[in-house]
Amino acid sequence: MMSAAPRKAGTRTLLDSADVTRVVDRVAHQVLEKTGGAVDTAILGILTRGAPLARRLAARIRAFEGIEVPVGCLDITLYRDDLRLRGVRALAETREPPGGVDGKLVVLVDDVLYSGRTVRAALDALRDLGRPRAVQLAVLVDRGHRELPIRADYVGKNLPTSRAETVHVLLAETDGRDAVLLGPAPAPGAEVAP
Amino acid sequence: MKHLLSAADLDRDHALLVLDTAERMHRELAGREVKKLPTLRGRTVVNLFYEDSTRTRTSFELAAKRLSADVVNFSARGSSVSKGESLKDTALTLEAMGADAVVVRHGSSGAPHRLATWVRGSVVNAGDGTHEHPTQALLDAFTMRRRLGRLDGLRVTIVGDVLHSRVARSNVLLLATLGAEVTLVAPPTLLPVGVEAWPAAVGYELDSALPKADVVMMLRVQRERMTASYFPSAREYSRRYGLDRARMAVLPEDAIVMHPGPMNRGMEIAAEVADDPRRSTIVEQVSNGVSVRMAVLYLLLGGADPRAAV
Repeated sequence: MMSAAPRKAGTRTLLDSADVTRVVDRVAHQVLEKTGGAVDTAILGILTRGAPLARRLAARIRAFEGIEVPVGCLDITLYRDDLRLRGVRALAETREPPGGVDGKLVVLVDDVLYSGRTVRAALDALRDLGRPRAVQLAVLVDRGHRELPIRADYVGKNLPTSRAETVHVLLAETDGRDAVLLGPAPAPGAEVAP
Repeated sequence: MKHLLSAADLDRDHALLVLDTAERMHRELAGREVKKLPTLRGRTVVNLFYEDSTRTRTSFELAAKRLSADVVNFSARGSSVSKGESLKDTALTLEAMGADAVVVRHGSSGAPHRLATWVRGSVVNAGDGTHEHPTQALLDAFTMRRRLGRLDGLRVTIVGDVLHSRVARSNVLLLATLGAEVTLVAPPTLLPVGVEAWPAAVGYELDSALPKADVVMMLRVQRERMTASYFPSAREYSRRYGLDRARMAVLPEDAIVMHPGPMNRGMEIAAEVADDPRRSTIVEQVSNGVSVRMAVLYLLLGGADPRAAV
């Protein structure tokens, strides 16, 4: 499984596929607990990798409690504060959760929490979608180095990293397998795919 | 992409990128109360219009404002142009004011190309003489794709005053790039010299072209550009090349009728055809125009400063 992916020297596996599954299960339980059984709750995944994570969380919640939580996905490109730092980015599709976000408890989902700028952009984008009752944040990995006063309500795994390192989350839906990798900076140009 | 001067600047991938981005913009704002995105905050877009225009100027203005850019409207009437200022001096003035993009409409073909050599910002051609109008072609292609689901192999018939039409030229270039089969239908006097070199078929008979058209695009007869008489009378033109209810009836089941506007109702298109709710896309074209222009402005200005990247 590992041999299929072109590995860059110095890349280390922090979570393997079984770890990712366990972490998602745990976060699903925590969401159920903290939201009081996920009533009036919607899950909104931040593209790209927050979207499959959001669907997995909803699937686990369904499996555990038989509750159907509406799921959506959010493309934050148009709300980024660093658009001018690179070439034009392609847009992806925002899909509101069925039933909208007004008056709901919205759980934002992303793969890695780092500077916090993506979450800030997501909060701005969310404000244009409607007015949620409250917003919470779930991330698979918190690697620290925040640049904004933002914290996550649900953290799959705290990973103390240095800024010189890069964290890569691979998900079966987008990358063919589940794993969290720690590599040297700068990021390998292409997504690691099998 | 630094400028958008001609539909020919766009290869297939770029053209599809514009259409896909427009689709995202369209959905992003559809059904929203606050039709505003913060994306181009702090950027300045100048609308430089040397010719009258309602829909194109308004459409660009709305597109820029929905992306939170600052918009300056500058029309030749009531400006220093009426005091004799040259295009170059006007351009340099706007440049000095910090325009990130100049949207220009000019009566002379090629004016936007000249402008692009003088300013450091992006230039968008919003219609130059009888030459090109690339954003109109993009919004037409966008409308066709939304209505009919594809562009590849689509049979598009463009009818009327091709000679004076920048819309026709841009459409032929873009649609050929996107794989549509274009047929031009016009009286011989209203076809430009060299039309046989265009990537389109040419015919003189409207009636024989209609039964095999997925899209009929009617062009405005541009009286204001006509220095000679190109056809005997308006009635005769209308009888041979006007789209009326009887002609609309022979179109294939799903075919659509387009017009870039402004229309001469009763001349190239009958009122009941223009207002036909099933086939006519004329109102849709206008609202699609805003999404397409948002996409163009985003792709030109949404990344690193175009002036920094050469």
